[in-house]
Amino acid sequence: MIGTGASAQSPREAATGGGGPPAAPGRDPLWRMIALARPRSARFLLGVLLGALATGSGVALLSVAAWLIARAAEHPPITALSVAVVATRALGISRGVTRYLERLVTHDAAFHTLADVRVRVYRRLARTEPVRRFRSGDLVSRLVSDTDATQDLLVRGLTPPLAAVLTGGAAVLFCTSVLAPGGLLLGAGLVLAGLAVPLAAAALGRRPGRRQAAARGELSTALVDTLYGAPDLVAYGAMERAVQRVHDADAELTRIARRDAAVLGFGAGATSLITGLTVWGALLLGVAAVDGGSLSAVSLAVLVLTVLAAFEIVAPLPAVAARLGAIRAGGERLFGVLDTPPSIAPPADPARRLPAPGAAGAPESGLRVRSLCVRYAPDEPWALKGVDIDVPPGRTVAVVGPSGAGKSTLAAVLLRFRDPDTGTVRLDGADITACPAEEVRGAITGVPQDPHIFASTVRENLRLAAPEADDDRLWEALERARLAEEVRAMPGGLGTEVGSHGMRLSGGMRQRLALARALLAAPRTLVLDEPTAHLDPDTRDAVVADLLAAAEGYSTLLITHDLAGLDRVDDIYVVAEGEVVEHGTHEELAGREGWYARALRV
Amino acid sequence: MKPLDPRLVRTARAVRVHLAVTVVTGVAVTGFVLAQAWLLSRVISGAAAGMGTAELGWAITAVSVVALARAAMAYGAETAALRSAAMAKSQLRRRLVAHVTGTGGAAEEDGRPPEHAGGADSPGPARSSGAEAVWLSGQAGSDEGTSTPRAGELVTLATRGLDALDDYFARYLPQLVLAVLVPAAVLVVVAGADWISAAVIAVTLPLIPLFMALVGWHTRARTERQWHLLNRLGGHFLDVVEGLPTLAIFRRAKAQAAIIRRITDEHRRTTMATLRVAFLSAFVLELLSTLAVALVAVEIGIRLMYGLLDYQTALLVLILAPEAYLPLREVGARFHASMEGVAAAEQVFTELERRRASGVDAGDTEGDTRGPRSRARSRTLPENTPLERRRASGVDVGDTEGDTRRPRSRARSRTLPENTPLERRRASGVDAGDTEGDTRPPPGRTESGDRRADGRRAIGDGAVWIRMEDVRLVYPGREAPALNGVELLIAPGRSVLLAGPSGSGKSSLLSLLLRFTEPVSGRILVRAAEGGPAGLGASGSGAEWVPLQSVPVEEWRRRIAWVPQSPYLFDDTVADNIRLGAPDAGMDEVRAAAERAEADGFIRALPDGYGTRLGERGARLSAGQRQRIAVARAFLRDAPIVLLDEPTAHLDPDNAAAVRTAVIRLLRGRTGVVVAHDTRWADAVDEVVPVRAGRVESGVAP
Repeated sequence: MIGTGASAQSPREAATGGGGPPAAPGRDPLWRMIALARPRSARFLLGVLLGALATGSGVALLSVAAWLIARAAEHPPITALSVAVVATRALGISRGVTRYLERLVTHDAAFHTLADVRVRVYRRLARTEPVRRFRSGDLVSRLVSDTDATQDLLVRGLTPPLAAVLTGGAAVLFCTSVLAPGGLLLGAGLVLAGLAVPLAAAALGRRPGRRQAAARGELSTALVDTLYGAPDLVAYGAMERAVQRVHDADAELTRIARRDAAVLGFGAGATSLITGLTVWGALLLGVAAVDGGSLSAVSLAVLVLTVLAAFEIVAPLPAVAARLGAIRAGGERLFGVLDTPPSIAPPADPARRLPAPGAAGAPESGLRVRSLCVRYAPDEPWALKGVDIDVPPGRTVAVVGPSGAGKSTLAAVLLRFRDPDTGTVRLDGADITACPAEEVRGAITGVPQDPHIFASTVRENLRLAAPEADDDRLWEALERARLAEEVRAMPGGLGTEVGSHGMRLSGGMRQRLALARALLAAPRTLVLDEPTAHLDPDTRDAVVADLLAAAEGYSTLLITHDLAGLDRVDDIYVVAEGEVVEHGTHEELAGREGWYARALRV
Repeated sequence: MKPLDPRLVRTARAVRVHLAVTVVTGVAVTGFVLAQAWLLSRVISGAAAGMGTAELGWAITAVSVVALARAAMAYGAETAALRSAAMAKSQLRRRLVAHVTGTGGAAEEDGRPPEHAGGADSPGPARSSGAEAVWLSGQAGSDEGTSTPRAGELVTLATRGLDALDDYFARYLPQLVLAVLVPAAVLVVVAGADWISAAVIAVTLPLIPLFMALVGWHTRARTERQWHLLNRLGGHFLDVVEGLPTLAIFRRAKAQAAIIRRITDEHRRTTMATLRVAFLSAFVLELLSTLAVALVAVEIGIRLMYGLLDYQTALLVLILAPEAYLPLREVGARFHASMEGVAAAEQVFTELERRRASGVDAGDTEGDTRGPRSRARSRTLPENTPLERRRASGVDVGDTEGDTRRPRSRARSRTLPENTPLERRRASGVDAGDTEGDTRPPPGRTESGDRRADGRRAIGDGAVWIRMEDVRLVYPGREAPALNGVELLIAPGRSVLLAGPSGSGKSSLLSLLLRFTEPVSGRILVRAAEGGPAGLGASGSGAEWVPLQSVPVEEWRRRIAWVPQSPYLFDDTVADNIRLGAPDAGMDEVRAAAERAEADGFIRALPDGYGTRLGERGARLSAGQRQRIAVARAFLRDAPIVLLDEPTAHLDPDNAAAVRTAVIRLLRGRTGVVVAHDTRWADAVDEVVPVRAGRVESGVAP
């Protein structure tokens, strides 16, 4: 599923381009979403037309039937009615058929659009790499559902109002031709019920919505605390108090919801009122016109029954108004992420390549970090301030330090998720910021913090790093990461599905799989960022040992807060608060009073 | 899925009120529909007969009156429905929370007889002791138990999930009532006017639900077949976006765009194939309802032409015919949105009934079929405690015990239909030791009240000896015992380090001591400190060994302070977080506890000091700081027994050092049990006990 083989872009991909420049920020997110969707116009318009036909058939059925009956009451010859009879039957069938087709067409269009939108959103993300945002899994899944909400915008947000405008306009025109004031009255009624009432209801509902959202937030926090904190609460005999807090929050939410019900009922009442009064008005005008001789009795029946049926046209619109609000909120969040500027500046020369390792004339070899300073925003403290680190070819170097010391920022710079604010990072003498990120990642790669395991097979997850690799190479990498034995024992071997997020594997196996993947990429320098973060202590020690063994021969930078196995690395840098505070081998540091020695003792 | 779940009606009183209101409104609305139709046909036919505005004025005015009344009714019904929904949600939510936390879960309002599921039906021991809630959170009882999917699911269910009931109450139920009333009324009226039209309507109406059911049934079978594929395709985009950083470092990010398009297109093709069938049910509905109206119109038109019908009657039938189908169409249109609410309610009932079912719970299998995001469920801890299993199999529930308990719990359920906070508190046994009998039937046949009093008296208020005899613990659904043949003696005032690799059962020992779980066999005994370590019943001074189970669970926990591996901090102030076990402690005591826990320094540095709110799960603090808050809790609790689970694992050295200092201080003069995977704590305790593969090896002095 992660498709290692299909690297070639289809011609259409190339034609639709790489996402294009973002639409001007600050515009209504709904318009930007429509622009993002660039609806497949023909299909979409066909859907609108079919929708209008479906609703129109319903209204026309009653108009024609009213004429049929009113005319029949005058006892004409049967031939006078035959057209109406046929039309009535046809309309009885056409409504269901057109509705069915409309649904198929709009959904198909929406899915087509979904593919477009997903690709565009993904391209934007791949270009800007807002990696910091990816720390929160919730944010990512919301981003994905917001992306998918654009299809909702088309099917449920745009089609019904457009179809209603078509049908409503036709109904008003028809009624005006029968009796001008009646038609105008219907027009006013439809606009009120279809536009004014939904908008007013949405406006009225906004404040209660916010109030309830706040109360619901309180309730949710109380619930989270009670359920997740249950062991602590139970052990300390505090469960009753926690439940009381939930009940208080619940009582408040219920109180607000009950009070707001009076406001939220407005829409239903107003729609019903407008419908009833418009029918009444049409009746009044019609009877007066018949009385005055300007309208026939047959036309009166047609007019009143058409007006009665016409409100079906605007029935779906209140729901649309509410839905558009939700879609707009999703759009705001979506563009909030999409408008993030790229986290690294484009290279001056996109064709620039790193010099081959050990190339003649290279001024230096290995990875060399000099006076590296990074901060995430001008008003934030420095995450790294003036760090110097050397990773000579073939050596293993560890960067340790307390959490929050800036270690992961270092990894982000090396993996090109982040530009240095000042200072340089040189690989074999070449500044890595001068080369395209792709080029650098061919030379420096590794295991990021929380490596993602895709919901696919072991094989596909591995071949991600080396699409051309055959099974022998995969086994070799697994062997080095000490995972081969376990994979052999799996029912499908390399073809075993690892489940979403690799959940069918243990934590240690996931880390080893990520390591094997990094080894397959065969970089010059391997960066391992907190490879043991979520492992239990025993697995941790084993994984570190295997990592270090597997990294033999690579230039390796191991970033960790854990000191296990560090007696086996060549060089250790202790980083605290963005600065290198100690540097030396394990023996040197252990013998010197400082953070490292203290940490060893604990 | 039933359109109206009888359990919903039985459980929430608000639902019954709402149903009554809805039926009344439904009758009124039906009346208005008939009145409007009759008035319209009267006016139109009157005008055709040459009557003027003057003669028809009353009828026209009546139309406006009906319109006003109908609008008022619509407003009132909607408002009432939303209010009922709010009440019903609250009632369901409270029951759910009470049930899963074991607080006052005894109010069995639905009146299900306890005999139904044997003894397991009354408030179970696991429930009232809070063990159920502990299991839900997935935090305790196992060395690997850190995943908490069920708790998260329940939070969603109790908030957003139940909110889906709004639609159900305000939109669906009223239409359901109308869908019964209006067609019936229309049929009666039309039958009186024109029996042929009535026959057409009477034949087509029942066809609609029939066809819809058939189509729905077919669709479901089809969807289920495609479920796996659909899910896989649907989850792909999320998977790729989540994995973007990983794809980027392997230079595969750009290539994925084409794959996303391919997979999404595949998704479209598969889904459209399903939708083509799924939309058939709506098609049948629309087709039958409009076609029927068309047939009726043609039929009455022709009969009218031949003079077999009068104009007003024909108009009345024509206006009423669509009305017969309208509510049915509305019900159909709202079915899916509303069923989300019903599904949420159903889930609540499943939760409420979960603990009553005997045997090992099957909740997990259903979770696996739900979606890619529920992946973590597979790691959920088994949900029944060993105790429950034991009870279900009837091994140690004494008959007399069961008999005396059942009437009591039933009586309580009758007296507590809407449990007040006070009653709830009493029911759960915080300030009334009486009810605690339910929490733990002692294995013997002695009258339970006496035993409890015995237990409490026997161990006094001070330090205790704790002794485990051949204790065996097996988690339900697992083959291998977590603990087996454990023999352990913990002396009062001395500290023990339980050291062993992860998975060896160390944390399970703590769970037993906390009484989050109970042994499958073997005994845990306790005895007041003054009695010395001698054998059973050796002392006549009242200090004799009593089963831990005979000590009321709240009473027992009151003498324990626990520092878990990852302590949970609440979205509350620092001070209140420290006060967890001593809510009435003054600020000075809180500060003193924090000082001793090496936490005072960083707390003072927070923006509002002790008054700083910590945010969800204490997000404001680092792991080491959270640990120190937990140690401060333990200090403030000032309990004679302290249990510590990996106090410094996962901490960076500076934090670990501070926590270590604080813990050593905490152990001083207390009975302490420290659990750690290695022996680095050995010099801080009096004794080291290795734990391997569920067995405790003989203790050695450090």
